[in-house]
Amino acid sequence: MTIEIANTKVIDQYIRQDRMPHIWCPGCGIGTVLHALIRSLVKGGYDMDKVAMVSGIGCTARAAGYVKMDSFHTTHGRALPFATGLKLANPDLKVILFSGDGDLVSIGGNHFIHAARRNMDITVICVNNFNYGMTGGQMGPTTPTGARTSTSRSGNYEPSFSIPALAAASGAVYVARWTCLHLRQLENSISEALTRKGFSLVEAISPCPTVYGRLNKQPTGLDQMKYYQTASSVENGADPMKVGIELNGKITCGKFVDIERPSYLEMAGFDKETR
Amino acid sequence: MSNNGHLSGSFYFNGDIACAEGAISAGCRFFAGYPITPATEIAERMSERLPEIGGVYIQMEDELASMAAILGAAWGGKKSMTSTSGPGFSLMMENLGLGYMTETPCVVVNVQRAGPSTGLPTLVAQADMMQARWGAHGCYSAIALCPSSPQEMYDYTIKAFNLSEKYRVPVLLMADEAVGHMSEKVTITPPEKLKLVTRRKPTVSPDKFNPYQPDADLVPPMANAGEGYGFHVTGLTHDERGYPVMTPQAQEKLVRRLVDKIDKNRDDIIEVEEWDTDDAEVVVVSYGISARIVRYAVELARKEGIKAGMLKLITVWPFAESTIKRLAPRLKSFIVVEINAGQIVLEVERCAAGQTKTVLLPGMGGAVHHPDVILEAIRKAAK
Repeated sequence: MTIEIANTKVIDQYIRQDRMPHIWCPGCGIGTVLHALIRSLVKGGYDMDKVAMVSGIGCTARAAGYVKMDSFHTTHGRALPFATGLKLANPDLKVILFSGDGDLVSIGGNHFIHAARRNMDITVICVNNFNYGMTGGQMGPTTPTGARTSTSRSGNYEPSFSIPALAAASGAVYVARWTCLHLRQLENSISEALTRKGFSLVEAISPCPTVYGRLNKQPTGLDQMKYYQTASSVENGADPMKVGIELNGKITCGKFVDIERPSYLEMAGFDKETR
Repeated sequence: MSNNGHLSGSFYFNGDIACAEGAISAGCRFFAGYPITPATEIAERMSERLPEIGGVYIQMEDELASMAAILGAAWGGKKSMTSTSGPGFSLMMENLGLGYMTETPCVVVNVQRAGPSTGLPTLVAQADMMQARWGAHGCYSAIALCPSSPQEMYDYTIKAFNLSEKYRVPVLLMADEAVGHMSEKVTITPPEKLKLVTRRKPTVSPDKFNPYQPDADLVPPMANAGEGYGFHVTGLTHDERGYPVMTPQAQEKLVRRLVDKIDKNRDDIIEVEEWDTDDAEVVVVSYGISARIVRYAVELARKEGIKAGMLKLITVWPFAESTIKRLAPRLKSFIVVEINAGQIVLEVERCAAGQTKTVLLPGMGGAVHHPDVILEAIRKAAK
């Protein structure tokens, strides 16, 4: 079923208006990604009473507090195991994890690889802005080598994680990456991810002008979007091991993984049971 | 086996297996865990039993994840449990705090072993009792029960579930290695005789539902995910709508209630056993495995004509203040027997408030007390 979205009021009804204004900075991309997710849910005709959003801690994680659905703002890094319990307790729920990069693959890194390994029936939307925004812009495992942050003032000398590579290597059945510039593609990928059984991941590269961009010569959201425009290329089917992002370097976008293997629910036999 | 998955009759079970069976009797249908001595047998039993009765067992990647998963499962509508020992209990503190803050019913079993750190994995201790009360950061009140036998592992696991559902709080079953690993007769309560409590559901329509608006007993009714209430749950300080509010006023209101809902209902929650305290001059206070040895020592003292009695704490948290206050003025001494360097003794001393002496018989872990040591202390205290 596909539902056309005539105007933004359709989207608005899934946002808690009594929680506005939100905390996100001007130029931030999180709202863009959240918008794409809600459009995907509306278009997909999902029963919103059966959709639950789980998040951890950070700017991105605050999204759970803004959506009008059962939503859980949990502890830093632990959103995936919480979501795992929620999904297994009620397999009828469509469980969506909305997470920042540090939350997902730094403090939550162990949970991330194991949820992917299990092929747990969860769709993960990861907003990657290359740093810890909420605490003022510290480096993290996705910060490109050389990038300046509040804890790497002279340039980060650590190598960085590529989230698609991590997801693919751990067993995710669907892996895609877009930037906040690629609105339609992002929305389409989220729509696809939501229909896949098992562990699906959509990474959205997002501007964080306030604390990351300003230290890396992209002081506005527009500057960061212009960077995405010039540096990104669409390569569907690209090897996820080769899509790492270097400082001011190329951003490979597209769908990298779309395979089938038995999901956790299928392997555990929960999909067959009458509950 | 009945259709509810209950066994029937009596069995020769170790405490860990009795605990798993208690959980199943209580209606637990979700278990997440991670192997750790001496609690592993609980997970093993649950992995075998839950799938055959339509429940879910999942082995998580660590104890952080186990604790998070049981919270998620509780919101998915299941009664949920995890079990662990010292090192895993430490890892669970973070999400245990989330459980207190979000008022999530669940049961956490700690089969205590000697620490700190890896310590003596296969040997007994009771040294996590203060961690059970204060281990998660911030203010809250906790419920912790201490079983003394495999039968009590069964019975008090059921009680733990009932309290967690009634008060919407994680309840800690603070067992110990000796109780977990000893095998004794365990009688399963027939399903028709079980008194089970299930979380109170909202009585208002979703548009009028405030997920953190408490009833008169200070406990808010709970909706499960997927029931159409569209609620928000957060570990941030929140108002009755469940929305984050970053003010001292909101903090005062919420956290005061989290503390009060346990403390003001303490008479309903606390269970203790007293033996021969009516005319006692010396009362030995203990819990868990130690209480069984104390019982024997007190019997020996009585045979010698010493007016000794015993107070067994089944509910260690909240602490049985009123019992200690009632007994203190007429005693020569309390003796506290526990396998740690002195934890619950501090509570006994506080509540006795100088009205009688409080003597500690500590143990650093690895072994239970010898009854002679307790008897000698009773003799000395009675003089």
